[in-house]
Amino acid sequence: MEYVLKNGIVYDPANKVAGEKKDVMFKDGKIVDSVSADAKVLDVTDKIVMPAGIDPHAHVAGPKLVVGRIYRPEDSRKGVTHKTDILRSESGFSIPSCPSTGYRYSRMGYGTVVEAAVPPLEAKHTHEEINSTPNLDIVPLSLFGNNWFVLQYAKQNQIEDLAGFIAAWLRLAKCYGVKIVNPCGSEAWGWGMNVHGLDDPAPYWDVTGREVVTALAKANEMLGLPHSVHVHPNDLGHPGNYPTTVSTMEALKDIEKNSTVRGQTMHLTHAQFHAYGGTSWRDADSGADYIADYVNNNDHVTIDVGQVTLDETTTMTADAPMEFDLYKLSGLKWANKDVELETAAGIVPVIYSGKAPVNSLQWAIGLELFLKVNDPWKVCLTTDHPNAGPFIRYPRIISWLMSNERRQEMMDNREVHPWSHRRTSLASLEREYDFNEIATITRAGPAKIYGFQDRGALTPGFNADIAVFDINPNDIDPSRNHEAIEKGFSSAMYTIKDGEILVKDGEIVKVVKSHTLWTDVKGMEEQEKRVMDRVMPDFTKYYTIKFENYQVHDKYLPNPIVTEVQAGK
Amino acid sequence: MANYEPPVTDYESIVENCTCAFCGCNCDDLDYLIKDGHVVGVRHACRLGASKIMEDMDQRLLVPMIRGEDGELAETDWDSALDKAAELIAGAVRPIFYGWSETSIETMHHGLELGELVGAVLDNQATICHGPSLQAVQNAGYPISTLGEVKNRADMCLYTGSNAMNSHPRHMARYSTFPRGYFRPRGRFDRTVVTLDPKYSDTAKMSDIWVGFEQNGDYEFYNAIRAVLKGKKLQKEFISGIPKEDVEELAEAMKNVQFGALFFGLGLTHTLSKQRNIDIAIQMVADLNSYTKWILMPMRGHFNVNGFNIFMAFETGFPYGVDFARGYQRYMNGETNTIDLLTRKECDVFMVIAADPGAHYPGGAVKHLAEIPVIQVDIHWGPSTEIADVVLPGSFVGVEVGGTSYRMDGVPIWMKKAIDKPETCRDDEWIIKEILERVKKIKAEQGALASK
Ligand code: SF4
Ligand SMILES: [Zn+2]
Repeated sequence: MEYVLKNGIVYDPANKVAGEKKDVMFKDGKIVDSVSADAKVLDVTDKIVMPAGIDPHAHVAGPKLVVGRIYRPEDSRKGVTHKTDILRSESGFSIPSCPSTGYRYSRMGYGTVVEAAVPPLEAKHTHEEINSTPNLDIVPLSLFGNNWFVLQYAKQNQIEDLAGFIAAWLRLAKCYGVKIVNPCGSEAWGWGMNVHGLDDPAPYWDVTGREVVTALAKANEMLGLPHSVHVHPNDLGHPGNYPTTVSTMEALKDIEKNSTVRGQTMHLTHAQFHAYGGTSWRDADSGADYIADYVNNNDHVTIDVGQVTLDETTTMTADAPMEFDLYKLSGLKWANKDVELETAAGIVPVIYSGKAPVNSLQWAIGLELFLKVNDPWKVCLTTDHPNAGPFIRYPRIISWLMSNERRQEMMDNREVHPWSHRRTSLASLEREYDFNEIATITRAGPAKIYGFQDRGALTPGFNADIAVFDINPNDIDPSRNHEAIEKGFSSAMYTIKDGEILVKDGEIVKVVKSHTLWTDVKGMEEQEKRVMDRVMPDFTKYYTIKFENYQVHDKYLPNPIVTEVQAGK
Repeated sequence: MANYEPPVTDYESIVENCTCAFCGCNCDDLDYLIKDGHVVGVRHACRLGASKIMEDMDQRLLVPMIRGEDGELAETDWDSALDKAAELIAGAVRPIFYGWSETSIETMHHGLELGELVGAVLDNQATICHGPSLQAVQNAGYPISTLGEVKNRADMCLYTGSNAMNSHPRHMARYSTFPRGYFRPRGRFDRTVVTLDPKYSDTAKMSDIWVGFEQNGDYEFYNAIRAVLKGKKLQKEFISGIPKEDVEELAEAMKNVQFGALFFGLGLTHTLSKQRNIDIAIQMVADLNSYTKWILMPMRGHFNVNGFNIFMAFETGFPYGVDFARGYQRYMNGETNTIDLLTRKECDVFMVIAADPGAHYPGGAVKHLAEIPVIQVDIHWGPSTEIADVVLPGSFVGVEVGGTSYRMDGVPIWMKKAIDKPETCRDDEWIIKEILERVKKIKAEQGALASK
């Protein structure tokens, strides 16, 4: 089937197309240069056309999510909808059911989302949820930062074997890349403890976060994975944590990049939670300048923000000691889910309120990061869904980024507490994103950061993953029309995935199966064998499951998209 | 020893790393010894698991059956039986699909699709077992871990309202008490085992400390532990029949371990204060985490009872008792659970998948079941067969057919197939899918008629 999207205003930052009126053509699921006269014409005159959205960090599938859904029926009851001829009924606000997740991203013009935390032992669970989430391609990252084998390789500085371990484990868990969460801290949580800063060793293992992050980053580059290490540093959510964040970035500064498809060697995730000054929540203030300055002055780091949306939500992270602290602060019900030899997890509901000083400060710090990082290719739009707010708020965040007027209004009329401007410089930041920058932080940038070679741009040969929004960029002043911007980005005029129209006028018209992206490393066979010989005796002794039953069989990935990587190349 | 059995030597092949389809331990280290297409021996399993696997042909349902006018079940062919089941379901106003805890996630997928199509209630054994536990979890939280955390770290294991030695025979041996863990290299000798139970159970006998508080004394006892943890002085000399010094000593011991694990069974869930018992146990565990590390875990019974709750939660947002009658999912304890619907005589067709409702239901519910059409999908003849109008013989997950299950701690396991099923049986997954297809066809025909 051939199509022409006619007369749209195209934003395709990867191809340096910034608001040109032009046609976009696709055929048999791919973008093409030209089509025949028979091509079906979709008139999108003066509407915004962009590649489909790519969410570079969210929690959408897996064991943490399900604990959230089981223990928060009050959240599931929000957002319940009636089934239709083609849609199943939906549920949930911050922790939607799998079908709801797929539908809602699809309606916003998204086509790909990264599931940022997969414990290998429970990877089958994540893959089962991925298969139940329609209309989206999902990119799972596997947790390595507290894995006992990783801790040992890092301590002994055996980078080549660590690289072999990563290659083997990505294949076992069918994941795309390397995620690190509070390195050594989640292991310390096995004893109800945490580590503080980058140089506080994990109890017993006598290895520090610095050693773990560095070793994993080196191994990641040795393999030349399409994505860099994806880092959630130590001390998340603690006032005065920005020095830890800066040290973590500095620790990886000299690691040589081994990839042509991405620019960074480290992705710092939900930077907002890691950009606090002060010594306690009483005197906390913004540390956004330090993070933004570092990112502006160095090219080896990219970030996503983790913007607070001022909603009731459900926090969930492998940073389980942080979640327990949060529970002690709020007293809201606490869930926890530690995973043998691999990681921990904590879950706590949170009510972010514009009335609350701390939440307002967090809100402002997130916006500061967006506005202070100069190069939009280095910063991505996320809420660390559902941690700082649900993903359905992305359009609202876009409206904030495009309108200084709206931000000032929120501060002036006390929709947010005065800490938002007294303890940050937000009130003085007049920058407003344009549509091309929005397309960069939600599409082109994330695609580059993940080294995608098939999406995130309207390049001929790429997947025809396209979003059209009912906004005329030449006829709207986003600064003055934040509501129209939010509305426009909330419901796509078209969402097209692999050349199929899934959404029309904000309604889902077609439901398709999702794909799962994972990375298959070649050329490490020898190292992998050495690693397995070393790991197996401990595996057998200390896991509670047989190795044969640990791995994720192909059956759990009915629609895989495999990125093959030649190690070292 | 009286029950010594000589090892089986007469077998043709071994299939390793099979998963036991009995209790929530989902032991995945079994070796099946196979001869003539049958499992003639099982290595590593406990007696419960081994007997279930080896006696697979005992009371086995082999052919589809339909109950005739004369009230007797008569053998029939698959087509007739499936058509009959589909006809009943398509014509139902308030169908319940109950059970699921002893079949695969793959089967549940088709069951859910069918339930959404016809507006059924999907429910599992949680409704009569750990339902109150899940309600408590929704109140108070859910601090759990995988079982390997316990094996590698725990220096105190506490069983409450659970006689694990009988109900989950390898739980202590494989996960908690006996195994050598990374930080507990001497296994049993590195751990203190505590049993809280009015009865001096087999588990209590294996323990270092047995606290035999009074029947229904659970709530008061936990309350007292919490009070001590918070630094309060106990006013009464005896708490639930236990001297206050013993309570204080236990609280102190719990505070001073490095990693404690509390396992609770239906004994805690089903005594006087029900979910309140679990509420307070959860709060106690949360309190303890201010001092050291503690987790808790419900001792889930069937091998996929947790799996159904997990599956339903990710598909629909709710763990069990999910009602689709209105075209969207509702979950209201006391309203949308199987027992409530049966007791109120609302249900008009009941499909039971690998479960025995009769055995655990209150009288009123059972009585209503006898009055409505019942469809049974199962491998063994049981109380459900006695009341079933259509019987569909399934196959044995983890032996005759592969399938996904979730262990009591949420670890997913692919339970592989080891032998072929009896020729006349069908896989549960296939059966439910066939019913779904047939119901779809009936609905389409009805739709076509209505639009004429
Ligand atoms: S403990 Fe449970 S799962 Fe393990 S072998 Fe016995 S019955 Fe089977
Ligand atoms: Zn995250």
